[in-house]
Amino acid sequence: MKFLHLIWANLRRKKTRTVLTLLSIVVAFVLYGFLSAIKQALTGGVSLEGANRLIVRHKVSIIQLLPESYKQRMEKIPGVASATHQTWFGGIYQDPKKFFMQNPVVPEEFLKMHPEIILAPEQRQAWLTTRTGAIVGRKTAERFEWKIGDKVPIQSSIWSKKDGSYLWEFDIVGIFEGRDKNTDTTPMFFRYDFFDEARRGGTGQVGWYTVRVQDTARPAEVAKLVDAEFENSSYETKTEAEGAFVQAWAKQIGDIALITASILGAVFFTILLVTGNTISQSVRERTGELGLLKAIGFTNAQMLALVLAESCLLAVLGGVLGLGAAWLLTSHGDPTGGMLPLYFFPARDVLAGLAMSVALGLVTGLFPALQAMRLRVADSLRRI
Amino acid sequence: MSGPVNWLSQIAAVTKFGLLSMPQRRGSVAAAAFGIAGVVAVLVGVLSIAAGFRRAMAASGSPDAALVLRSGADSEMVSGFLRDSTRIIADAPGVARTPEGPLASAELFVIINLPKISTGTDVNVPLRGVERPALKVREGLRIVKGRMFEWGRDEVIVGIGAAREFDGLQVGDRLKVGRYLWPVVGIFSAGGGAADSEIWSDATVLQAAYHRGDSFQSVFVKLKSPDAFNEFKDAVTADPRLNAQVLRQTDYYAENSTAVTKLITTLGYLIASLMAVGAVFGALNTMYSSVSARTREIATLRALGFGSAAVVASVMLESIALALLGGVLGAALSYVAFNGFHTATMNWQSFSQITFSLAVTPQLLVQGVVWATLIGAIGGMLPAIRAARQPIAAALWEL
Amino acid sequence: MSEQATGNGALVDIRGVEKVFRRGAEDIQVLKDLNLEVPAGEFLALMGPSGSGKSTLLNLIGGLDHPTRGTVSIAGERIDQLSDHRLAAWRARHVGFVFQLYNLLPVLTAERNVELPLLLTHLSKAERRAHVATALAAVGLEHRAKHYPRQLSGGEQQRAGIARGIVTDPTLLLCDEPTGDLDRKAGDEILGLLQALNREHGKTIIMVTHDPHASARASRTVYLNKGQLTREPND
Ligand SMILES: Nc1ncnc2c1ncn2[C@@H]1O[C@H](COP(=O)(O)OP(=O)(O)O)[C@@H](O)[C@H]1O
Ligand SMILES: [Mg+2]
Repeated sequence: MKFLHLIWANLRRKKTRTVLTLLSIVVAFVLYGFLSAIKQALTGGVSLEGANRLIVRHKVSIIQLLPESYKQRMEKIPGVASATHQTWFGGIYQDPKKFFMQNPVVPEEFLKMHPEIILAPEQRQAWLTTRTGAIVGRKTAERFEWKIGDKVPIQSSIWSKKDGSYLWEFDIVGIFEGRDKNTDTTPMFFRYDFFDEARRGGTGQVGWYTVRVQDTARPAEVAKLVDAEFENSSYETKTEAEGAFVQAWAKQIGDIALITASILGAVFFTILLVTGNTISQSVRERTGELGLLKAIGFTNAQMLALVLAESCLLAVLGGVLGLGAAWLLTSHGDPTGGMLPLYFFPARDVLAGLAMSVALGLVTGLFPALQAMRLRVADSLRRI
Repeated sequence: MSGPVNWLSQIAAVTKFGLLSMPQRRGSVAAAAFGIAGVVAVLVGVLSIAAGFRRAMAASGSPDAALVLRSGADSEMVSGFLRDSTRIIADAPGVARTPEGPLASAELFVIINLPKISTGTDVNVPLRGVERPALKVREGLRIVKGRMFEWGRDEVIVGIGAAREFDGLQVGDRLKVGRYLWPVVGIFSAGGGAADSEIWSDATVLQAAYHRGDSFQSVFVKLKSPDAFNEFKDAVTADPRLNAQVLRQTDYYAENSTAVTKLITTLGYLIASLMAVGAVFGALNTMYSSVSARTREIATLRALGFGSAAVVASVMLESIALALLGGVLGAALSYVAFNGFHTATMNWQSFSQITFSLAVTPQLLVQGVVWATLIGAIGGMLPAIRAARQPIAAALWEL
Repeated sequence: MSEQATGNGALVDIRGVEKVFRRGAEDIQVLKDLNLEVPAGEFLALMGPSGSGKSTLLNLIGGLDHPTRGTVSIAGERIDQLSDHRLAAWRARHVGFVFQLYNLLPVLTAERNVELPLLLTHLSKAERRAHVATALAAVGLEHRAKHYPRQLSGGEQQRAGIARGIVTDPTLLLCDEPTGDLDRKAGDEILGLLQALNREHGKTIIMVTHDPHASARASRTVYLNKGQLTREPND
């Protein structure tokens, strides 16, 4: 690292230029972090827990219901450990724009199926004993300032009660946390037994099933068995891994990955130009100095390394600052005000970003470095 | 040395030096111009998604058309009516009539899963059951390929957008709905509106397939005139036999699009703003090096009596010229790349896909160029001031 | 190539060297069939009109360029055939350069400039610092160690340049018009310094100059004319 001083001194040669270039790299990486978080929000939500969970829905579309009785039949299928169901409630609290999901579930089964949902034992107990009880995720509880003990009126757009009213009322008995960042803490869950008894139509019918596969079984094979079980019934099913189901949902919005990749492509292409230009400009300006270093005895490899180190130092410094800033910015919540519940900058993308900053340094420095390496000493000294 | 003409010629003289030295600095000029082009292309590109989506929604309804849903239902999906109710609605005052009867179509709306061609994954595609007046209720709807389905037969026609985006919807294909196989007999166009994303069948056929008895989900109505809306609305909402709400189709679709367009627009501006900040740094870099490359020329001109205002103006002009170059390039690029590009996304209200084309509107292009100009102006400002402040004597000595 | 290790003991031994530059389609012959021997401990002045090829010859001796033909041996080692890579390492070990325009890196202080060649050695930081201090003391620039080149006078910059040239204790010190850009007084000081290095430290020095005043300080002067060396100026 004895050359560090020299590299650093070169970067400080034209401070304005270096700082401006550095800032544009920082901006590029802030953007990268930001887009990663958006992509995460739109395509993420695939938890590790979901690896041995399957989603079973009506074959024609998810809006069509399945019989509640399928649970027993599913649990007899070899490889299935347990099954539980949810139903889309489609409710609105005060403002239809403040969307969040509320589904009726069977509490014990549901909590067992979803260990990523963390609920305090006494709250769990309260839920089991309160028929109108509901639990809600931390984010939504904070958004609407709900506390345990609150009664919340929810207007369903789908389900009416026996008296014909679409307005339902629930008692908040618990506020759950997510076990990891990937867990959505915006939904609300309430009791299926209460729901099924109170609703006017659709009694005994549920939205979709979540199936836990036995540790020893292969999820893909179990999925086939489930679909085979219900083939030719009036409720045929389509079963897929939870991850695939979530991904497919994201793809309904569009090819998010492609869009973010294209934008990042444009961003990094221009940053490449700006940084590459800065480095090659500074190499061009000191042809004579580089010639001197060669005269003193710097080898071609050392010249190459010197210039590459300079561009890499610049790029990595910008990358680290940018990624850090992105980390801070994205941890303040999503910019759309709640439309993206799983908005965060995943650690894997931070690492990828670091790798990209090194790559940026290498790519932008390569051309000028070769230029410096190929310099003919005798010629370059003459230029002074 | 005074007077506006003189001042202008001063600016021209100084600007000329800058522009003439551009080829020598082509690397940094190109980097800055491309940077700005990138900002404009991304800005216009992202906003063209929102514009295209909004345009598709706007094309979906006309002011003299109304939509009737169960009250409390925010979309067709969760609405429902029995045949008796739809009859009462069709006969309500304000509905346009033809010799065959009122222009009101009671409809069913369900979604089915089909693979999206671009991603290969299953998506929700809307499937609509309509009644005979449907074609007259929706203006400008026409069959562009094949033929209309026969009433009462198990056949479907497919919107032009759906046929393009989803697999297995060409004339001659068979659509699998549950245990049924319905032949696709025609492709229709609804002028870019929401119906272009849909598959249509006879409502009675769909009722049978979905065990819906004689129920519907919505009623699409053509009014006598746009002004007849209130008359119709009052009659329907006041009728004690009905539990219905009446919406103008234009309002319904506009409401549908706000969430998505807001999301896209917010993200688009945010991304473009960040990129613009980066581009300002690029422009600053270029202009500083432009100014420092001309330290002596500028000092010489100042020594000859050129004013510092002329120097500032000329540096700004150069920067803006460069930014405009990038801006126009970016705008042109985004127009070529994005305008008319077909795509489809989720319409959250109907829980199903809506196909549309990206729209690079003239307003967006102008907006892009305005952004470029601003970037150029900001990027030129500090270097211009530095150039004007340079002590003449010291600068003359330099080099 | 058995005559490689010629027994005459000269530190620099140049035989039949020819240097041709190609400029477009035109060949410019700068040196032709040139021979030169410089014994160790000599202070040789190389004179000649501008454009006669003095720098070219010095570059060949310093291993900055390859001759078109002929052999260049330094301390018994044929350097005309070394690869660029080996040549770089060779230069780091054997030669110090002093230039007319000093060629100091503006971004480094005097001591950091002097330290540069030591970065290519395996010396520790402390050792490097000691060497730098010695070299700066030898040229009388200790008090300017922390200054940047732009804060030094021309004479001081050239002292720093010489310190950099000698800091690795090279076999050979090559100076290309070291006083060309200095006034008479500063130039004299630099020449005195070189002379002292030669006399007191036994440094072998080859100095290009076109100043008769400067060549008078050398122990021997040769003249380059029409590509060849002569003992007398030849007009
Ligand atoms: N790399 C080169 N390419 C072409 N011509 C060169 C090159 N280096 C030197 N020359 C030419 O060789 C001649 C000698 O140059 P040089 O050795 O620098 O002269 P001096 O140092 O004696 O003034 C000059 O005519 C010069 O133009
Ligand atoms: Mg010379």
